[in-house]
Amino acid sequence: MKHINDVIASARHIFGDVNGGRPQNHIRRADPYGAGQILISTLRLSFIPCVFCIFFCFLLSGCGKVGVLPADNDGGVSGQEDRGKITIGLSQIGSESDWRMASTASVTAAFSSSAGYDLIFDDAQQKQENQLKAIREFIDQGVDYIVLDPVVESGWDSVLSEAKEAGIPVVVYDRRIEVEDDSLYACWIGSDFKLEGERACVWLSEYLESKGVSRNINIADIQGTIGASAQIGRTAALEEAVMLNKNWRIIAQDSGDFTTAKGKEVMTAMLEKYGSDINVVYAENDNMAYGAIEALEARGYKAGVDIDNGEFLVVSFDATHTGLQMTLDGKIAVNTECNPLYGPRLTEIIETLEAGGDVEKETYIEEEQFSGISYIGTIQVRNRPYTVTPLTEDLLSNRKY
Amino acid sequence: MKTWNKIKSWPLFLPVLALLIVMAINIIHDAATGANPLSFFMISLRNTTTSGTILYGRIIDIINRGSEVAILAIGMTLVVSASAGTDISVGSVMSLCASFMCMMLAGYGVSSTTTLAVPLIVGLLCAIVMGLVCGAFNGTLVAHLSIQPMVATLILYSAARAIGLLLCNDLIVYVRNPSFAFIGAFLGPIPTPIIITAICIIVVSLMLKKTALGMYIQSVGINAKASRIAGLNSKLLIFLAYMLCGLFAAIAGIVASSRITSADSNNIGLYLEMDAILSVALGGNSLGGGKFNLAGSIIGAYTIQAITTTLYALGVSSIQAPVYKAIIVVIIVVIEAPPFKAFMNRWSASRAAAKGVRA
Repeated sequence: MKHINDVIASARHIFGDVNGGRPQNHIRRADPYGAGQILISTLRLSFIPCVFCIFFCFLLSGCGKVGVLPADNDGGVSGQEDRGKITIGLSQIGSESDWRMASTASVTAAFSSSAGYDLIFDDAQQKQENQLKAIREFIDQGVDYIVLDPVVESGWDSVLSEAKEAGIPVVVYDRRIEVEDDSLYACWIGSDFKLEGERACVWLSEYLESKGVSRNINIADIQGTIGASAQIGRTAALEEAVMLNKNWRIIAQDSGDFTTAKGKEVMTAMLEKYGSDINVVYAENDNMAYGAIEALEARGYKAGVDIDNGEFLVVSFDATHTGLQMTLDGKIAVNTECNPLYGPRLTEIIETLEAGGDVEKETYIEEEQFSGISYIGTIQVRNRPYTVTPLTEDLLSNRKY
Repeated sequence: MKTWNKIKSWPLFLPVLALLIVMAINIIHDAATGANPLSFFMISLRNTTTSGTILYGRIIDIINRGSEVAILAIGMTLVVSASAGTDISVGSVMSLCASFMCMMLAGYGVSSTTTLAVPLIVGLLCAIVMGLVCGAFNGTLVAHLSIQPMVATLILYSAARAIGLLLCNDLIVYVRNPSFAFIGAFLGPIPTPIIITAICIIVVSLMLKKTALGMYIQSVGINAKASRIAGLNSKLLIFLAYMLCGLFAAIAGIVASSRITSADSNNIGLYLEMDAILSVALGGNSLGGGKFNLAGSIIGAYTIQAITTTLYALGVSSIQAPVYKAIIVVIIVVIEAPPFKAFMNRWSASRAAAKGVRA
């Protein structure tokens, strides 16, 4: 009790007696963050605020599942128990889209404790800074492997050399990294975004050919977050296709940040400017396609494949559940998958590394392509045939995400 | 000269001037590109297959898209006035309310639905109650525990979005139901968000005009201690201002999620708290509390949206837009800054004096 009184006394000494009647303006100004006030007011807790605080503390404690840290690994009882388990430090990007959530769910499920893993999960909330911090923490904690889905491509050299010095192999998945020294990471597994874009563009040209459309085609490109691998690959594929197809033209191009709201906003601005001059909307993910279709419908336009009658042909990527639902409804003409189910492939890689085996430096994950139009069965891209799967109700309900 | 001085001393002079400058940029751009110079102001009716006949035009677009910020600006103005601090949690609270509502409408763990699990009105009430609870939480911390507003609202700023994700089971919940989509769509030819904003503004301004609430809030903001001695319940008034701010955040959240017929916890209301604070500042209100002008804040909110829409019309890409937005905001804020005003006054006075000497 004496201790508390001392604290109060010293707080009063430092911050001034805020409760007293004397004006303490000079002191309050010297305390811009109100720390003194917080301390003293907290000591005067009244009942109702107490209830509120406790209520919210309960709510907040529910968030504890994000970033659960493992028990001390340096020894002790828990260390004994965890022997034999492989500790994985997973730094993932965030939860900005359906796709990301499906990806995270797949990876966390694969590295479950029943499968013999001890997973330390870190959500970077779209910031590289958070990932750098997380990786340094993983190194300090002495994890066995670091699994990284990088927010951006550059700026990884120093933190990955620290991991290399500590002897921790780094497995990169989904987005790529660019480092001076390739040996800084064990391997990369991910999507070939450019190939996805090429497949979508080849499908589009086959479709237009089958319809006998030879007039000019105006394309509105709603790009992803500028600089993201998916945006770079998909935009590059479209730009190359426009060079190849003389009657194609990109009349509008802007970033929708991979989100529904931004996609809708950008599409609205494009419609304001070009209206029904636009024939094809090339949305670089499903969330933006959803927003773009909302914008089209709000303005009285229709998303479909009948471009001769003023319908807007929407091309989309990712093949999320909502995206495929719209593909089934005929609002999205073709949807090229970006497979988020990295879990099984990542555990395969870790098992191989654990057994001392070699893994390919770069591997691409297999992906599908879906359309409501069934008569384009296969397309030729990079001298290899790819199947376009006709979408059905059954297929959609049996998918994992 | 006299009328000019009168206009200049009108409290809304600068906010309106800022809005006019933005409009002028549009007129000049349209004229320069050979379009009709007044195309910015053109409003037309357009037939659509999904929403019937609707109003169409850039002005309508600005008022429609600016709805969320305008609604937030109402609550923010009251909070700034009463507590001399800002509520930085409004964007996150918007997201939390929207997530809670969509979770109720779709059912827990459902990611996409076309039928509502509970009646629409229950979902809306849930959002509003959640907004009021968040407002009460902030209000309690600020009014009763005397925690600095920014520190107090920082808690929900960081936590509310996460709670929203938790409620939605980490999913983006799509509620594709026409009765829900209606809130972000059209009522007759008019966009519904415009009507909702108008109702909010009318109700609050009537409340401020017909009761002494506005005066009470201002007096608490000017000097809380003196107001208490004069017989006002300062704590209750500050608490009330935060409650109202939470309520308006909930309404803005409902509008924002209905627009995209989904609860995208990570993105709804992202950075909107900054826009709301900026609109209060652009409206000529002091962030130091005390006297406020609600109309100024609302004009400020639409000015921000007008800048965004103008940049789109000018063909500035959405990644570069914030740079130009910042430049415009700097100019407006400098024009409204007291030292700059004083300098202009001195300058015009010395010119008048010089004229007098010559005469």
